[in-house]
Amino acid sequence: MAVPPARPFLSRRRPYAAPSRTRKAKPMILNIAVILSAQLVGEVLARLLALPIPGPVIGMALLLAGFMASPGLAERILPTSQGILAHLSLLFVPAGVGVISHAEALGTSGLALMAALVGSTLLALIAGALTFVALARLTGSQEAEE
Amino acid sequence: MTELPDIWSYLREGPLLWLTATLIAYLIGDALFRASARNPLVNPVLVAMVILGAVLWATSTPYATYFEGAQFVHFMLGPATVALAGPLYTNLHHVRRTLLPMVGALIVGSVTAVASALWIAHALGVEGATLASLAPKSTTAPVAIGIAEKLGGLPTLTAALVIITGIIGAVVVTPLMNALRITDWRARGFSVGVAAHGIGTARAFQVNQTAGAFAGIGMGLNALLTALIAPYVLGLFQ
Repeated sequence: MAVPPARPFLSRRRPYAAPSRTRKAKPMILNIAVILSAQLVGEVLARLLALPIPGPVIGMALLLAGFMASPGLAERILPTSQGILAHLSLLFVPAGVGVISHAEALGTSGLALMAALVGSTLLALIAGALTFVALARLTGSQEAEE
Repeated sequence: MTELPDIWSYLREGPLLWLTATLIAYLIGDALFRASARNPLVNPVLVAMVILGAVLWATSTPYATYFEGAQFVHFMLGPATVALAGPLYTNLHHVRRTLLPMVGALIVGSVTAVASALWIAHALGVEGATLASLAPKSTTAPVAIGIAEKLGGLPTLTAALVIITGIIGAVVVTPLMNALRITDWRARGFSVGVAAHGIGTARAFQVNQTAGAFAGIGMGLNALLTALIAPYVLGLFQ
């Protein structure tokens, strides 16, 4: 199955380039504390305001706002955030094992549910991607690197 | 000298063994994924799930005991969601220029995911609480469980349906997009984030950074939109 070759996105803008010498000494702990604090504030806001959005998603928005307000903060946190995201798949393993251990939760409707999951995921992918491409063409918003 | 069975009964109760097992199972999954020339069918999460499921079954270890150790990995899902701000920030120049395609793809993808799942399941005779559990399956797990509870669904069933949806999305997205000849990384990433939440997003990051960033946005926005539309779409089938 031929996967289209990845464009050299990182090498062009180098957003995750090695931290400069002055940044190198900054402790990783500080970066983790910033990320956890954003999540903490997000969790508090989600409950305080009874928002339908989960705390970490609000934390993500807060951190993004922080990056936009201070590019220096972004430069410092980016290597840490990339480090966490590099193994995003791993983080779903514990919940995934729960599915296997609770396979009986699917109950007697197991086959019907699987058909619904496969069918709807395919349809949602096709509909979403085609809509995106059609609207991008309509608005002349092509990918920058093409 | 401590007998081996004693050491085993000590280890199986503590977090060390199952945390280590989770990392090793994932490393095996990742190694197989690479060895298979990154075949999407050899999804590292799926391989690790099967290995650990088999080990738990063979040692008759309850999932709750396993999770005592694995919860440290599970916990990182929150900070990882926050960390999505990183690729979002570096792709901000893309995001600004793609607002309309994103909003359109979000609405179409989100409604299609909920409506087609309910329609297929309803046509195959699924009803009541089971059907309600299915409605939020394309959103990230914590949101999906919250939505399912409001709709009168079963949270455990929803959690399972969410994970399975993520794996289906991660496995099919690359061959499907290639077959449709969609080469735009933003479209490929965004649609898999909407349809298959974090597992789809993790898959997108394996392929391309821009796709990963757009998948993260799609996942976040769809969590919000599904919470708003799921009750109405479910109402059509009840």
